[in-house]
Amino acid sequence: MIWALSLPIFIPFVTGIAAFLMRSSDAGKWVSVGGAVASLAASIFLMAMVLAEGHVTGQLGTWVAPFGITLVADLLAAVMVLITAITGLAVAIYALGEVSERLERLGYHALYHFLLAGVCGAFLTGDLFNLYVWFEVMLIASFGLLVLGGSREQIDGGIKYVALNLVSTIMFLAGIGLIYGMTGTLNMADLSGAIAEVENQGLVTVVAMMFMVAFGVKAAMFPLFFWLPASYHTPLFSVSAVFAGLLTKVGVYALMRMFTLIFTGDVGFTHEVLLWASALTMLTGVLGAAAQTDFRKILSFHIISQIGYMTLGLAIFTPLGIMGGVFYLVHHIIVKANLFLIAGLGGRLAGGTDLNRIGGLYKSSPMLGALFIIPAFSLAGFPPLSGFWAKYLIVKASLEIEAWFIAFIALLVGLLTVFSMTKIWAEAFWKPHPDKVEPHFGRVTKPVLWASLTPIIGLAVLTIIIGLGPQPFVEFAERAAEQLLDPSAYVEAVLGASEDATGDAAEEAQ
Amino acid sequence: MEPVLAIVVGVLMTASVYLMLSGNMLRFLFGLILISNAANLVIFTGGRLTPGAPALIPTGADSPPGEVANALPQALVLTAIVIGFGLLAFALVLVFRAYQSLGTLEADDMRVAEPEEDRK
Repeated sequence: MIWALSLPIFIPFVTGIAAFLMRSSDAGKWVSVGGAVASLAASIFLMAMVLAEGHVTGQLGTWVAPFGITLVADLLAAVMVLITAITGLAVAIYALGEVSERLERLGYHALYHFLLAGVCGAFLTGDLFNLYVWFEVMLIASFGLLVLGGSREQIDGGIKYVALNLVSTIMFLAGIGLIYGMTGTLNMADLSGAIAEVENQGLVTVVAMMFMVAFGVKAAMFPLFFWLPASYHTPLFSVSAVFAGLLTKVGVYALMRMFTLIFTGDVGFTHEVLLWASALTMLTGVLGAAAQTDFRKILSFHIISQIGYMTLGLAIFTPLGIMGGVFYLVHHIIVKANLFLIAGLGGRLAGGTDLNRIGGLYKSSPMLGALFIIPAFSLAGFPPLSGFWAKYLIVKASLEIEAWFIAFIALLVGLLTVFSMTKIWAEAFWKPHPDKVEPHFGRVTKPVLWASLTPIIGLAVLTIIIGLGPQPFVEFAERAAEQLLDPSAYVEAVLGASEDATGDAAEEAQ
Repeated sequence: MEPVLAIVVGVLMTASVYLMLSGNMLRFLFGLILISNAANLVIFTGGRLTPGAPALIPTGADSPPGEVANALPQALVLTAIVIGFGLLAFALVLVFRAYQSLGTLEADDMRVAEPEEDRK
């Protein structure tokens, strides 16, 4: 069991080290793709196990919970690891055509896989302090990727990204210290029971808010998102695609985990705050995007507005709401990563991502136009694409709790998303190129073209599959939501598994 | 002892927030150093200050004799210090590099990555 859980973390680390050792030869990039394939296989294996058993747990070094570090996968964690592996593979293939030899020498592939290891670790850990450590692994790798190459824009964006993320990390760390002081444990399953026994529940709410702020920065929620649009348009397209797809979602995942498993004592307050923060996140994100004229900046602001939908699902805190949040999370990773990849290829063909200076993509490369339409319309929520079902679930959930205004905002933001996507379409694809350049596929070499198109097509196909046959995915999200809302099975899986040795601890937790 | 440490944490926090709001990246960095030490002290105090022996178990025994100090917060703080050191080293190099290539340490002047119409 422990192997199934640790392989999705272990493989990227090994791949990263191997890629680093081979960074000066051509083999490095193939090691990277091979490692990504192996990770995908491991995460599919884990997914199959979780589907069969509900929860898979493992204790590192056989130290029994709650004393050792626990790895645990429920449905949400397993699907996040799987989607990480899928995105990881797509972007690793894309990187074949984009990452220059100079950046490979500097260790691009190694950093990339360390990033994936950090992301998977954050999804699979069952220990709060361990979550902090994985956040750091992820963070330091992302710092490296963000400024790799060292152009002026990258350094400028990097400063903002690093500064705000470090502050949020310290907030998280201080929260961990306080929660340990109150309960004496850091095992998440153990905390789930122990937190209710704390006398001063007001203090628990304060700590809950600290965690909300810390993860809110990571997830780029209103009003903590300023680092994201300042930095995501500066690095390589592969880097911004994997950041856009995965990094903010780790924050959302951590919010979902903490505010369903541990901080459920004062739902009336914490989730109400989350509800309004989500609504404002959706609005400010989409309005910010309307003001931008850079392909990637528009997409960056849309990450923010879409994050709002996911946290909204959590804030509604009904089975349907959480289910919508989980569905949204999965759908959005695929769509968003794909849009950044398309922006990358489009930018390469047309000579930039500033919408005022490019154009003519539809006329010269109609296939890219068609491929853009799929994730763009999915993002805006057109049926029958995946985004429609995601938005449908969230809006329905907010109507069910009679939050009319919130539902209205959710629908309005969908409409405004169409506006931004239309702007990209009109500027980058429809209008003729201002410099009379014809951005057809012939402008890049064949291998580069296919390395770019393969992941774009693959992710677009996934979007269509989820859109046309949403039933199994919706059922899956429903099961995941049930698990999240009733953490007793999670607690039992972590603590009960080692009942003989830690019977007392398990009893205490109940 | 706990109240004293709590006050120390408060003072460190205040100083670091003041430094971080100044807009100069070097001061921000100093603020970051202070705040990360404040967070470490929070963990340390959260684990209760116990005037005890080190948590060592003598050969042949199952549990340590008498009252011993809580080793876990110390382990946590140690990890946090190591990670914090790495991050600060990176941040320092980044700020230095920013000074070299952007020619400024003022956060307000760092507008290279922003859209052009905002540039003054």
